[in-house]
Amino acid sequence: MASLGLEKQLHYLIESMYEEGLLDVQFQHLQILQNEENPNFVAEVITTFFANTEKVFKELEKLMKEIEVDYKKMDCYIHQLKGSSASVGAHGVEKASIDMRDFCDQNDIEGYEKNIPIL
Amino acid sequence: MTVEAEAQFHVLAVDDSLIDRKLIERLLKTSSYQVTTVESGSKALELLGFREGQSNTASVSPNQHEIEVNLVITDYCMPGMTGYDLLKKIKGSSSLKDIPVVIMSSENVPSRISRCLEGGAEEFFLKPVQLSDLKRLRPHILKGKSNCKEQKQEQQQQENNNNNDSSSTSSCSDNQSNKRKAMDEGLSPERTRPRFSSDSLTVV
Repeated sequence: MASLGLEKQLHYLIESMYEEGLLDVQFQHLQILQNEENPNFVAEVITTFFANTEKVFKELEKLMKEIEVDYKKMDCYIHQLKGSSASVGAHGVEKASIDMRDFCDQNDIEGYEKNIPIL
Repeated sequence: MTVEAEAQFHVLAVDDSLIDRKLIERLLKTSSYQVTTVESGSKALELLGFREGQSNTASVSPNQHEIEVNLVITDYCMPGMTGYDLLKKIKGSSSLKDIPVVIMSSENVPSRISRCLEGGAEEFFLKPVQLSDLKRLRPHILKGKSNCKEQKQEQQQQENNNNNDSSSTSSCSDNQSNKRKAMDEGLSPERTRPRFSSDSLTVV
């Protein structure tokens, strides 16, 4: 009984993330790939995504603190983030990554910093 | 003549992103392919038994690391060796050139796409790759397999006909290049995903 309640909660949470534009159709494709033989596929991928994203954030933070900001390296990491977020359907992250990349292209560190909370 | 059972085709997937490797592996397995994933072009070449400067197709004893692969699907953007570099290495190798190669990229760059197709890639998939994209792999795998078989049969014939001739080089490469030409001539805009806009892309 309790698990039904949790399932419903999860369902509504995911629905709201779709509505807010945080998730896109790619997440549904991940869910389709999950089946009886691979019941944990989505959880595995999302967990990997979070771990990967954390690493990228740490690297980006380091790079930002440099006196001479290496925009090329930053761009590389953001490209990674854009790719992985698109692959899991994390639309919000993907969109923010694209914006971050633009700031990087313009060597605009202030614009970049302002966008970090969004990311 | 033994009838070949429904053999599982083996796909080698190359991507530096762990997430994308997980995804492509699941997609391929769902489509009933046997899958090996590697994180770089150099690892892929190692697995394929690529040897720099090899020029003849005389039977080379398989390395313990070598595996038989029916198709290579690779990310374009990778550190070190790009997917395009990997494609060129495979197509430049007499023993590997018949293996169909598909390239994936998260970026829709028409010049990149045409470069890859002209370089010998069978298809170019935009990421994230979908299950429906994988349906386009089968004809290439089947063609690749039959080309390989024909090549082996022709080589055997050559060997039978020329008993005294010890040099059994890639005599079938001519045949292959004709087939390749036919494929190129049959190139249609449908090669890329429908949603890819071919407005700015001139198909060779």
